[in-house]
Amino acid sequence: MEKNNQEHWDLVIKPKTKWFDLNLRELIRYRDLLWLWVRREYVGVYKQTLLGPAWHFLSPILSTFIYMLIFGRIARMSTDNVPMFLFYNAGIAIWNYFNGCFTSSSGAFLSNANIFGKVYFPRLIMPMASIISTLIKFGIQLLFFLVMYFYYIGFKEYRPEVGWGLFYVPISLFLLGGIGFGFGIIVSSITTKYRDLNQLVGIGMQLLMYATPVIYSFTTLAPEIKTYLEWNPLVAPVECFKYAFFGVGEFSWIKLTYSFGWMLVLIFIGIVQFNKAEKNFMDTV
Amino acid sequence: MDTVIKVESISKQYRLGQVGTGSLKDDFKRWRYRLMGKEDPFLKVGEVNDRTKKASTSDYVWALRNINFEVQRGDVLGIIGRNGAGKSTLLKILSRTTAPTTGSLKMKGRIASLLEVGTGFHPELSGRENIFLNGAIMGLRKYEIKNKLDEIIDFSGVERYLDTPVKRYSSGMYVRLAFAVAAHLEPEILIVDEVLAVGDAEFQKKCMGKMKDVGGEGRTVIFVSHNMAAVKTLCNNSILMNHGTISMIDQTDKVIARYLTGDSGNKHSKIFKVKNEIFDLTEINIYNQDKTDSNELEEKSPIVLNTKLFFHSELGHKYHLTYHLNNELGEELFSFGTDTNETPLQLGLNSLNCYFPADFFQSGQYFLSLFIVKDRREAIYFEKDIMSFTVVDSTRQLGTYMGREPGYIKPKFSWKNNNL
Repeated sequence: MEKNNQEHWDLVIKPKTKWFDLNLRELIRYRDLLWLWVRREYVGVYKQTLLGPAWHFLSPILSTFIYMLIFGRIARMSTDNVPMFLFYNAGIAIWNYFNGCFTSSSGAFLSNANIFGKVYFPRLIMPMASIISTLIKFGIQLLFFLVMYFYYIGFKEYRPEVGWGLFYVPISLFLLGGIGFGFGIIVSSITTKYRDLNQLVGIGMQLLMYATPVIYSFTTLAPEIKTYLEWNPLVAPVECFKYAFFGVGEFSWIKLTYSFGWMLVLIFIGIVQFNKAEKNFMDTV
Repeated sequence: MDTVIKVESISKQYRLGQVGTGSLKDDFKRWRYRLMGKEDPFLKVGEVNDRTKKASTSDYVWALRNINFEVQRGDVLGIIGRNGAGKSTLLKILSRTTAPTTGSLKMKGRIASLLEVGTGFHPELSGRENIFLNGAIMGLRKYEIKNKLDEIIDFSGVERYLDTPVKRYSSGMYVRLAFAVAAHLEPEILIVDEVLAVGDAEFQKKCMGKMKDVGGEGRTVIFVSHNMAAVKTLCNNSILMNHGTISMIDQTDKVIARYLTGDSGNKHSKIFKVKNEIFDLTEINIYNQDKTDSNELEEKSPIVLNTKLFFHSELGHKYHLTYHLNNELGEELFSFGTDTNETPLQLGLNSLNCYFPADFFQSGQYFLSLFIVKDRREAIYFEKDIMSFTVVDSTRQLGTYMGREPGYIKPKFSWKNNNL
């Protein structure tokens, strides 16, 4: 027995682990798997469709036109002197990105139950892969947005004041991705046992979208509404994104730091919950 | 000796029934106990896992209870036992798809598991892509898989379909590719559940050979099967599991002998205390006509189903009984019953024998549901899955087809060659 205690084991499985247990070395060893899953998620969605990846920008264009019609023409909401098409298209792109990060990580357990039940690999690979593939999808939408953006500058004499703003885009993406990921894996861990949350989350995301300046401009809001909405950690990064391209809206390092704090807390709680859920989720799913 | 797997007092508890408000209540109780620094209250409850026992007091059941064993490097270990003995749960814990409730598990080296057909395959991806995916799941780098690619393709024999999505594969091709990947990526520990039954005889032979080689190369294989012939050829040592505990670890021959004879009389016998105004149901037995002390029913020997019914009121009506036979998937196979004219039920004791000829049932597990019918119209008694039994084929020749033939009955018809 004495000898066994000193023996080296590659793997020790116990019912309970430390409550924060992030095995980074294992995640790094599995990096090839991460890329394969990214590829799979990206390719898998458009297998057996005629238009393929074109859907990445076709569906945002359709939504943009609908928003232009409803919020622009019928409701006549202000777009802060930004061309309507660009304003809504940017809003949709950034919201789709956040929504994608959240939704795909929140389905991490349920939609992969089949494969999780058969083989082991670090479960965190799955939500991480979906974040990366969401980022790629966003990249395609952004490319289309940029084409239109420069078209408006070149041919429609749109003159935004951008300056250094463009460098803030990655900050915005980082924060939104992180919040979506953290919140998503918390939800995915709870839904393994109690599915009620799935219903709630669908409505919650819709409400959250209206509480975020996606289809309206934050600066034109009444001050008493603003004070409430400022608690929403999504406001700062979304505004930051718009500020980067249009030079309008609010940009504040303090508010971005506030969002960053949210992101850290959500990711921390998320990883704790995720670790707890991954041990036994096959028994309850 | 070099121990590569060490299982220390592993137990696994499952909650029966649906996840619902009941489980939320239990979760709260658990949480309250933990805050007070007490042990999980539900670890004390729970019963021995016996699938056939129906009425029970607890929602919790121990699928595994206090499992201890060690596996040495190069060992080929067999795990056998009846359905529901806990084999699959043990494999799930070994392959890390679920965690034990108590106890610990220590392992050395990389593990590859083949628990089901197409473990870790993605249906939309092609065969080639899936080889890489599978390797990556085992934690291999891309170049390591590339080195082995030709060997894998060669062994699997599905070269032509390599660029077709695996969802178009037949189940045989699926398992060929899956096994080829698992065996060639040189895991230190290979876990194989009853999956090879899908492949054809030629491929099964190839797999058995490969598993033997893997063991010979100083790697470790854990093999679960209901196919005694396969376990016998492959494994030097075996574990016999029963109701979630290990009932024997020894050389494979001895373990198989114990499994086939059973450890306690005839398990296919059930005493009932069903009483009502009209009749009592006292006993149902099912046994081989010529070998009644065995635990398992043998395919090649006639099988008798005996039902004991006691009628205690005057029979003003005609009664008969009907059984429905279901397979392990719950599909109804056929019904059979007594005829009110040829075998009338009488006042007092009725001991009814039903004879199945030899070579009638295909090996597998079956469930009987009982109906007692009044005047051919009204079922006055019905009990679903009142009895289950397992039919085995223990005499299968080595080197012949190792899988299970299709279907649930295996009649021997008479054949004649008209040119002879």
